Amino acid sequence: MPRPDTETAAPAAPARHTTNFLHRLADSDIFYSFRHSPVTVAAAIVTLLIIFGAVAAPWIAPQNPFDMASLDLLDAHTPPSWEADGNPKYLLGTDDQGRDLLSAILYGSRISLMVGFFSVLFSMAVGVSLGVVSGYVGGFVDALIMRIAEIQISFPAILIALLIDGVLRTLIPEAKSEQLADTVLIFSIGISGWVQYARTVRSSTLVERGREYVQAARVIGIHPLMIMVRHILPNVMGPVLVIGTIHLAVAIITEATLSFLGVGIPPTQPSLGTLIRIGNDYLFSGEWWITIFPSIALASLVLAVNLLGDWMRDALNPKLR
Amino acid sequence: MGEAHRLPDLSGPILRVSGLKRFFDVSRPLLNRLLEGQPRQLLKAVNGVDFEIGEGETFALVGESGCGKSTVANLAAGLYAPSAGKIEFEGVDIATLSRRQMSPYRRHLAMIFQDPYASLNPRWRVQRIVGEPIRAFGLLSDRRAIARRTAELLQQVGLSPADGEKYPHEFSGGQRQRISIARALASQPRFIICDEPTSALDVSVQAQILNLMKGLQRRLGLSYLFISHDLAVVRHMADHIGVMYLGRLCEKGPADAIFSHPRHPYTRMLLDTIPDIEMTGRRRIPVSGEIPNPIDPPMGCAFHPRCPLANQRCRRERPELAPLSGGALAACHASLAGASWQPDAPPE
Repeated sequence: MPRPDTETAAPAAPARHTTNFLHRLADSDIFYSFRHSPVTVAAAIVTLLIIFGAVAAPWIAPQNPFDMASLDLLDAHTPPSWEADGNPKYLLGTDDQGRDLLSAILYGSRISLMVGFFSVLFSMAVGVSLGVVSGYVGGFVDALIMRIAEIQISFPAILIALLIDGVLRTLIPEAKSEQLADTVLIFSIGISGWVQYARTVRSSTLVERGREYVQAARVIGIHPLMIMVRHILPNVMGPVLVIGTIHLAVAIITEATLSFLGVGIPPTQPSLGTLIRIGNDYLFSGEWWITIFPSIALASLVLAVNLLGDWMRDALNPKLR
Repeated sequence: MGEAHRLPDLSGPILRVSGLKRFFDVSRPLLNRLLEGQPRQLLKAVNGVDFEIGEGETFALVGESGCGKSTVANLAAGLYAPSAGKIEFEGVDIATLSRRQMSPYRRHLAMIFQDPYASLNPRWRVQRIVGEPIRAFGLLSDRRAIARRTAELLQQVGLSPADGEKYPHEFSGGQRQRISIARALASQPRFIICDEPTSALDVSVQAQILNLMKGLQRRLGLSYLFISHDLAVVRHMADHIGVMYLGRLCEKGPADAIFSHPRHPYTRMLLDTIPDIEMTGRRRIPVSGEIPNPIDPPMGCAFHPRCPLANQRCRRERPELAPLSGGALAACHASLAGASWQPDAPPE
């Protein structure tokens, strides 16, 4: 049968979805804007380097800083190798327990990234589900969720994380607290950040809910839960990825702050924040390297992720600006 | 397939709507109301509508935007619960059924929407969109059988089976509306609600879609509830017409009677808006005035502020639908009393 209306049918359409994914990516506007922004390319390289270092730490780090047996207290407080008292074995020097700082930073960024990544995932899961439910169901449920969100957002996120962290710590028996430290951190940072996802997703859900494809699904009698998961969710995830990237930087900073305050990751398996706190005690005795190198690592990681997030926001959804 | 679901009562109308009302609460929040001493405000979108649609018939609801015709469509599709009244589909009042109880009836009704750009999920491939009702009602379980059926449905609406692999954005407005129709046909319904199915399309494409719908009606014995504000389209499609004004029907009857002898002044006003070569040179009554605020409709006949025939009685007393010569029913005191329309001498 001939195709009767051809007014605006895209003639290139059939070819488009048969070409492979990489070609499409290389052709896309997003990749163009990526290539033409040197700052973003640099940020991506830095982020990838740090992620690579973190993931490959067990293979590339000169020493395992978690393994107490391999540490030598006599090597403690060694300055970086280029200083007069430096030891070529320890490129960036050692800390107060004789840990090689480079290894500690590699392992530390592993923990920082992991805690940041999982707390973002947790926030996202909580925020997106509450946002979709709030926007789709409406009425009392919506009012309840949004009022809780407003109450929470009126406090600084770090305060909420600190509070939940404190409460959880008292609930967990002493013996297990060290083991569960990262879980507790992930939970408290995650809970402190869900509001932004919920609000964004709720407003996009309100728009999508009014669209006719949702009504079409309701006419067929699809269960509301299925409508939310299959129809609405895929259509509201765009901005969530952008918020997620920016939130990753915030989560890493929050973890570092909590660890710096001594309520985060314990010093036996230091994260970047813990390393900075340990080094901070020695800053005024002239042993600057213990705190400066982890700080540089943390700052570059957060800056790079932030720049990537900013670029992604502009490239994917100019309206979010 | 599914014959067992069908009810014995097939002689009666497929849809009978009686005393249908739907009010929306548009009050300000409770706190504002208490502080400012405002009463609750109800928007009476549909305020007592009765009609029947027979097997294989097309019933068109016409009226200006905001008259409540789309609300009637959504009520008939079960998207809203009515505030009062009955919606009998195949003899059963679907308004009282729960979501689960309604499921066997949903299979026999489908809906086509106005905006072809919003009515298809942009993230789904066409075959998944068209196959959704088949899977939802469990009509076919085998994946290959579903694929075969969607290909067949696409062909039925004039698309090629290969189009199933594409996404909605790769199609034009008219083609998207065809996909929408294919989805509506997927569950083999007997009754399709069409909410302004062509008002978002170009005129040339409109005709193609309307002819497709007429052809399908003939072939599959479908009944349509056709919502439109475009009388030229309605004339092409409808067997029976209901003219809506502010939530009520002001005239109802066979399409021929209404187009040849409109009795209600509002219907005449609407008919005068259709461009017609034969009418060139004749004086028309343009649609004057604006539709009043439905939250606070005028006393008596809702149309009296705009009506050239309005008298004292129209301002006090609301007219009911009454049979007139020609087989139509109209709710108008003046028409009943025999007042005639004199476009060349507007009444004082």
